[in-house]
Amino acid sequence: MTVFAFYLFATSVIAGGLFTVISRNPVHSVLWLILAFLSSAGLFVLLGAEFVAMLLIIVYVGAVAVLFLFVVMMLDVDFAELKAEMAKYMPLALLIAVVILMQFVMAFGAWESNAAAEGLRTQVTDTTKFNTEALGLILYDDYFLIFQLAGLILLVAMIGAIVLTLRHRVDVKRQDVVAQMMRDPATAMELKDVKPGQGL
Amino acid sequence: MAEFFTQTGLGMGLLLVGQVLLLVVPLLLALAFLMYADRKIWAAVMMRRGPNVVGVFGLLQSFADFLKYIVKEVVVPAGADRAVFFLAPMISFVMAMIAWAVIPFNDGWVLADINVAILYVFAISSLEVYGVIMGGWASNSKYPFLGSLRSAAQMISYEVSIGLIIIGVIISTGSMNFGAIVEAQEGAGGILHWYFLPHFPMLILFFVSALAETNRPPFDLPEAESELVAGYQVEYSSTPFLLFMIGELVAVVLMCALVSLLFLGGWLSPVAFLPDGFFWMFIKMLFVFFMFSMVKAITPRYRYDQLMRLGWKVFLPFSLFWVVFVAFAAKFEWFWGIYARWPM
Repeated sequence: MTVFAFYLFATSVIAGGLFTVISRNPVHSVLWLILAFLSSAGLFVLLGAEFVAMLLIIVYVGAVAVLFLFVVMMLDVDFAELKAEMAKYMPLALLIAVVILMQFVMAFGAWESNAAAEGLRTQVTDTTKFNTEALGLILYDDYFLIFQLAGLILLVAMIGAIVLTLRHRVDVKRQDVVAQMMRDPATAMELKDVKPGQGL
Repeated sequence: MAEFFTQTGLGMGLLLVGQVLLLVVPLLLALAFLMYADRKIWAAVMMRRGPNVVGVFGLLQSFADFLKYIVKEVVVPAGADRAVFFLAPMISFVMAMIAWAVIPFNDGWVLADINVAILYVFAISSLEVYGVIMGGWASNSKYPFLGSLRSAAQMISYEVSIGLIIIGVIISTGSMNFGAIVEAQEGAGGILHWYFLPHFPMLILFFVSALAETNRPPFDLPEAESELVAGYQVEYSSTPFLLFMIGELVAVVLMCALVSLLFLGGWLSPVAFLPDGFFWMFIKMLFVFFMFSMVKAITPRYRYDQLMRLGWKVFLPFSLFWVVFVAFAAKFEWFWGIYARWPM
């Protein structure tokens, strides 16, 4: 059963990735990408990492891919032209593909890691705990400072993005929410007491 | 016989299918009557009669509607993306249904008793937005597209505060399993031990966010009839439309179940001398659904900028503050430890 599920998810990850690249319609590409994300979440569940699987769905599918979809739907880009231009970048893409392929080959073939390192890799945590708990303990106890640092970097990135898009235009009319809320209801509307069954 | 269902692959498969049917069939049947109840309550508030022709008191109205939807012609707009057009309602329906896999109705009455149950529900409800976006886009028409963009932005905004509210409950319980969350609300005081007392502001916030998340009035801007015809569903007819509608209503009922489980003690009895059981969960869900219907009947629609303001500038900071507060209150056991319910 598990093997069957594995091949099902693995095939759909690969198919999703493939169709993301070769789809003519960019919106379809994003949808295939979502399929790939969902299937890899399935693979995580099979590995027993249910927390990571759920986070993958919530963060990537629920938030990031939605933004992709928004942008792709709203941008008016001539994708045929873009595809034609892509030939220019073919050598670079090939180079990256070769590097990644070599890394895979080395990681699973020629590379030999120290037995002690292997042990550390598999025995990082207490296996009696659920993985949410184990992950939390490691993140917030052992690697607390690094975790905070990662948060800080994200904050800086967020501020950077806001600064880049912030602009004050003087020629537009803005709505003053406080003024709207402070408006006196007595001058804005008239209340009628309507008896049930009678109407006005 | 028992071995057949627990040992063999075929037996286990059959058992699973049976359990799923046992959940889905009553759910869909209940849905027909909830839809009827929704319309009746709405009508009663407006002093109309509501559906009263089909069956006794109009009880079979939903079934008549169902038949009407099924036998109508499926119209696909010209220039629509056919595959995505038909995929959208299916996603909407399936996502709404599969979230129920982890919802318990009684102690142990659950299809999949997983540790990250609440995250699973959250993840699935964040996927529901795809049915809306895809439906709006694939229709190749302006109104559905605008409606779907509104709807998606709204659902994403309120998901954030729902997530933070859920985190508060998780901190109090120390587990993401619904069974554990309900157990943590158990106590000699009955109703006084439920989370709605210590987490009272969050109950209100969760309820309002749930209204926005499921596109119910007063936050039904995606379907604002006066401006957008009917939002992302404009181009849909027949069965695809029915799937969208069922998906929406199932999401509403799911939110009712979530409110009952997270804040109202699930299947626990409000008083000590009455037994716990399925019917308490049922009554609580009905109560929350009644509140949903009443809100629909008595509130005027929000303006879009007000909706966004409420989500990002009021709910988000407040629920974030609440998470920090609950974390401190649980850690240092303030207020006689009512925020710290994890097993010591």
